Amino acid sequence: MSKKLIWFIYVLLFLVALSVVIILSLSIGEIPIPYKKIPQILADKESMEYGVLFYIRIPRTLLGFAIGGSLSLAGAILQGIYRNPLVEPYTLGISGGASLGVTFAIVAGLHLLNILLLPLAGFIGAFTTIFLVYTLSLKKGALSVNRMLLIGVMISFISSSLMMFLMSITATENIHGIVFWIMGSLNESNTAMIGAMVVLSIVCLLISYLFVMPLNALRLGEEKARHLGINSNATIRILFVITSVLTGACIAVGGVIGFVGLVIPHIVRLFVGSDYRIMLVSSFLSGSIFLILCDIIARAIISPNELPIGVITGIVGGVVFIVLLSRSQKRSKLLRI
Amino acid sequence: MKKLLTLNNFSCGYKNGFSINGISFSLIEGTFTGIIGPNGSGKTTLFRGISGDLPVRSGSVLFEDRDLSLLTLREKAQKIAIVSQFTETTHITVEEYVLMGRMPYRKPFQFFDKAEDIDIAHHYMQLTNTYRLRDKSMAELSGGEQQMASIASALCQNPALLLLDEPTSHLDITHQVKFMNLMQKLNDELKLSVIMIVHDLTLAAEYCDYLIMMKNGRIHRKGSPENVLTYENIEHVYDTVVVVKINPVSGKPVVFPVSERRLRELNIP
Repeated sequence: MSKKLIWFIYVLLFLVALSVVIILSLSIGEIPIPYKKIPQILADKESMEYGVLFYIRIPRTLLGFAIGGSLSLAGAILQGIYRNPLVEPYTLGISGGASLGVTFAIVAGLHLLNILLLPLAGFIGAFTTIFLVYTLSLKKGALSVNRMLLIGVMISFISSSLMMFLMSITATENIHGIVFWIMGSLNESNTAMIGAMVVLSIVCLLISYLFVMPLNALRLGEEKARHLGINSNATIRILFVITSVLTGACIAVGGVIGFVGLVIPHIVRLFVGSDYRIMLVSSFLSGSIFLILCDIIARAIISPNELPIGVITGIVGGVVFIVLLSRSQKRSKLLRI
Repeated sequence: MKKLLTLNNFSCGYKNGFSINGISFSLIEGTFTGIIGPNGSGKTTLFRGISGDLPVRSGSVLFEDRDLSLLTLREKAQKIAIVSQFTETTHITVEEYVLMGRMPYRKPFQFFDKAEDIDIAHHYMQLTNTYRLRDKSMAELSGGEQQMASIASALCQNPALLLLDEPTSHLDITHQVKFMNLMQKLNDELKLSVIMIVHDLTLAAEYCDYLIMMKNGRIHRKGSPENVLTYENIEHVYDTVVVVKINPVSGKPVVFPVSERRLRELNIP
C-alpha cells in the first residue's frame, strides 16, 4: 500500500472515532439524549433537550475538541523541535505560571470586576513563564534543552510555593475557586471564548503544517537540518511561539489539564510513525478524542456531579502510558522521537 | 579547469575559543582532497567554516567564484553535502532518511514526495547497497550501513562538493576500503569533488589527489600526497617518529609507526 493511502486511512479512522465520541458526548449526561433523536431535537428549538444540547453539551464538546487537540499538537511539536521525549507544555513549567497568575487574580479579587480577567491572568502567567524559561535557557545564543527542562521544573516549584503562600493568606471562599480552576474543566459558558479557542486551534494546526517538512528534517538534528537547507533557528522559534500561544490559550480557557500533551503524541507515534506529515494531524485528532472521552467519564462517573477533568486525564493517561511502556515489544518504540 | 572552492586568508572559530587562521587553498573541480592533522589541529573547524556553521571572521570562501556566505541555506544545500562522523540514529526508515536528501529541491509547500525524488533516492540506495535495507530503521543498522545510507542521502542533494568528516574512523578495514572505493568511483563517474577529514595517513595517501596538513589552526603543508607525507612533515606535525615507504603496487606513500622500545633499542633519540 502506498504511504498516501495508509495516511488517508489513518485520518479517516481518527475522524470516525472523533465522530463517535462527539455523538457519545452529546447523548450521555444527566438527561440522556439518544443519538438518533439529535437531529430532531436540534430542529425543535422549544424543547428542553434543545437547551441542554445547544447551551451545555455542544459548547463543552467543542471545547474538548479544541483544547485536547491543541495540547496534544503543542506537545507533539515541542517534542519534535527539542527532540526530547519529556518536553511538553506542562513540564516546561507553563501550567505552574498560569496557575499562579490565576491564583493571584482570585486572591486580588479581580474576577469580581470582570470574569474574563481570570483567563487573561492565566494567559499572562503562562506567557511570563514561557518567556522566562526561554531566555534563561539561552546559553551563548543556543538553546539547551536540559537547561530548559530544569528551569521549567524549578519555575513549577517556585510557582506552587507562591500559590500555597497566597492560598494561606486568602479568605476560605477563594480557595475553592482556585482549586477548581487548577484542576481544569471544560465547563465554560462564554461562547465567544469557545469559538475563539476552536478557531485558534484549527488555525495553529494549519500553520504548523507549513513547517511540517522542516520539522521532519529536525528529527535528524538542528545541524543536519541546516545542511539540508532548512533555517533551523527560525523554524524552532516560530513553532515555539505557536505552541506557547496554544498552551496559554488552553490554560486560560480550560485551566490546568495535564498529560494530554505528553502522553498522546507518544501513543500516536507508536501507531502512525514519526513522520510529522501524519503525526501532527493524528496527534491533534487523538488529543481531541482523548479529552472528549475523559470529559464524558468526568461527567458520568459521579453524575449528577462531575469530577475535575484534570483528575481523569492524569489517571487514564498515566495508566495507559505505563501499560504501554511495560509491554516489551512496544517499549522499544516508545519515547523515541 | 574550473575552480570549485577557493579560500583566501580565511579565519573562523568559536566564540572566545579555538580558531583557525590564514587558511588559503584552491581546489579544482573533481579533486579528491584529504585534510589531515592531529586532534585539535582545526580540521573540523575548517569544515564548519566551509559549511557555514561557523561565521567567517576574515577572508573569504568562494564557491564556483561566488562568495559562499551570499548563498541561501537552500542554495548551499544544493551545492554542498555534508556527511558527519556519526549519523543521527533516530527512528526513521532508511528510505525516509535517504529521501531527506531531496529536501533542498522541495517546493515550499510541497506535501508529498515526487516520483522523481523517490527514483533518485532508490538509485543512490542501489549504488550504496542500502536498497535492501530500505524499510529498516536507521537505528537498527550497523555503523557501516548507516554511513552508506548517509552517503546515499548526501548524493540525493546532487552536490558538486561532498564534505566527509572522518567517515571511516569507526569502520573495519573491509568497510573502510569499500567506502573509499565508492568515493573514488563517485569521484570518477560523477565528477564529484570530495573533501574528507581522515586520520589514517596511509588511506589518505592511497586515495586522495591533494592533501592539506593542518597544525594548530593553520595549514602546515598542502600538495600531492608524495610531497606532504614525508617523514619530516609527519614528525613535525604529529610529534611522532614514523617511517615512510612507497606502496609497491600503487606507488603512494605508506606511513609506519615505530614503537618507543624499538627506538631505544636502536639508540635513536
